[in-house]
Amino acid sequence: MTHLVFADTQFAESIWIMIAKSIVIFAVIFGILPVLTVVERKLIGRFQHRYGPNRVGPFGLLQPLADVGKLISKESFRPENAISTLFILGPLLPVLSGVLALAIIPWGDTKNGVGFYGIDVPIGILYFFAVGSIAFYGLLLGGWSSGSKYSLLGAMRSAAQLISYEVSMGLALLGVIMMSGSLSLVDVVRAQGDVWYIGPQIVGFLIFMLAGFAELVQGFMTEYGGMRFGSFLLVEYMEILVVSGIAAAMFLGGWMGPGPGWLDPIWMLIKMLALVFVFIWVRATLPRLRYDQLMTLGWKVLLPLATLNVLVTAVLVVVT
Amino acid sequence: MSEQSFDPQTAPYLDSGDVVEVQRGPEPGGIGGAYRAFGETLRGLKTTMSRLIEGPLTIQYPEEKTPVYPRFRGRHKLHRFEDTGLEKCVGCSLCAAACPADCIRVVAAENIPGERVSSGERYAAVYEINLSRCIFCGYCEIACPFDAITMGHDYEMADYKRTDLIFTKEMLLAEPIERTPLKSEGEGVEDR
Repeated sequence: MTHLVFADTQFAESIWIMIAKSIVIFAVIFGILPVLTVVERKLIGRFQHRYGPNRVGPFGLLQPLADVGKLISKESFRPENAISTLFILGPLLPVLSGVLALAIIPWGDTKNGVGFYGIDVPIGILYFFAVGSIAFYGLLLGGWSSGSKYSLLGAMRSAAQLISYEVSMGLALLGVIMMSGSLSLVDVVRAQGDVWYIGPQIVGFLIFMLAGFAELVQGFMTEYGGMRFGSFLLVEYMEILVVSGIAAAMFLGGWMGPGPGWLDPIWMLIKMLALVFVFIWVRATLPRLRYDQLMTLGWKVLLPLATLNVLVTAVLVVVT
Repeated sequence: MSEQSFDPQTAPYLDSGDVVEVQRGPEPGGIGGAYRAFGETLRGLKTTMSRLIEGPLTIQYPEEKTPVYPRFRGRHKLHRFEDTGLEKCVGCSLCAAACPADCIRVVAAENIPGERVSSGERYAAVYEINLSRCIFCGYCEIACPFDAITMGHDYEMADYKRTDLIFTKEMLLAEPIERTPLKSEGEGVEDR
C-alpha cells in the first residue's frame, strides 16, 4: 500500500455504449425520483401513525403526477425587482449539478469492456464535490436574484451551512480514500472485496451521513413558484439519492453482493434505497436544528471528529 | 433585619413540604453532552420506528366512519307507532318552546275522523327543523311528552344551500339511511 491506484485512463468505450448508458442511468433515476417523493411522504406518514398520500391512483402512486400537473399549470411568477436571467438560472444549476453527479455512481464492475457506471473519473470523489458545489451557486443566485431580503437570508444560511458541512463530508471520505488508495469510486468499491468500509470507517460513515442529513429550511425558495419551485424540490430528492449512492459505494461495498454478476446494479440500488430509508427515518425523527446549533455541530463536533478520524486512519494505514 | 443574609437551611418554607426540588438535566455541551445527544437520537429513532411498526391509526373518513355512542345526538328523527302507523307527534309545540335556538316550527291541525294522522286530537300539519340553526342540544327530545322526536346518529348533514337544511316532516319521518356506525358494547370506554 504505497502507490496510488488511479482509474484506468486508457479505458475507452465506443460512443454508442456511452450514450446508451447515460440514457439508461437517466431513465432509471428519473423513474425512481417521483416514486421516491411518494414513498417519502408515505413513510413520514407511517412514522407518525398516518397513511400518507393514498388517494391518487393505486396506493397514491400517481400523486407525483398530480403534483407536477399542479405545479406546471401554475403561473411562473417572478417578483418585480428580481433579476430575471439569474432568477431562471437559480433552479437550473442545482438540477445540472445533480445530474452530473449521477454519472460517477458505480452500478457494477467493468464487464466485457463495458463499465456499469456513467464514467470512471480518476478524481472520483473530487468530481463529486466539485460538481455538487455548483448547486450552491444555484441556491445563492436564486436567493439573491429573487429581490427579497428573506430569500437572500435563506440563501446565505443554506450556503453557509452547506459549505461548512462539505468540509466534514470531504474529511469523512478521506479515511476511505486512504484505506483504498484511490479516488476512483470503482476502485474504492473493488477494494471492499473483503471488508466493507462501514466497519473500519464507521466514524467516517456516521459523519458523512450526519452531514448529509443537514436539512435546509429552503428559505431561498421563498419567491419561487410553479415548476421552478418544483425543480428545487426535485433536486432535493436527487441529492438524497446521489449522497446515498456515494455513501453506498464508499462504505457499503457498492455493487458487492451474493448472486450472479448481472445482479450487481440491483444490489447497488438496494443499498442506495436502504440509505434513503435511513435518511427519511432520521428526517422523521429529529427536528431541524437551530441555525447556530447547526453551525456548532458542523464546526465544533463534526470537523474535529472527522480530522481525528483522518489522523487515526492515516496512522493505521502506515502501520499496517 | 435587612442585614440578615439568606440561609436556605433555615428558611422557613423548607419544612413546609410545599417546596419541590427542581430536577435539572446535566449541562449541555462537551463530550458528555455529545454522548447524551447521540443516545437520545437513538431513542428517538427507536420511537419513530415503533410508530412505523404499529401501523397507521387514522380512520379513512369517507370510507370508514368513527362509530358513535348510542346516546350521540345527531340529526332528529320523528317516529310513528309501529302497530298503527300513526304519527306519535300530536303537534303540541312543546319542542318548539323548549328549543333554545328557536329552529323548530310546528303548525298543528285537527285530526279528521276517518283519516287520522296522529294518535291524539291534533297532529302536526307542518313540522320543520332548521338544521342550520339547530345546536343539537337534545332539549326537544326531553320536552316531547310522547317520544315523538328523538336525536338520531347521523352527523353528515352538509349541503350546498341553506334552504336544503330546513328538514320537513316527511324528511324527518322517513327511515334514515343508517350511515353512521354505532360503537359496540364497551367499545371506546378504555380510551376515555
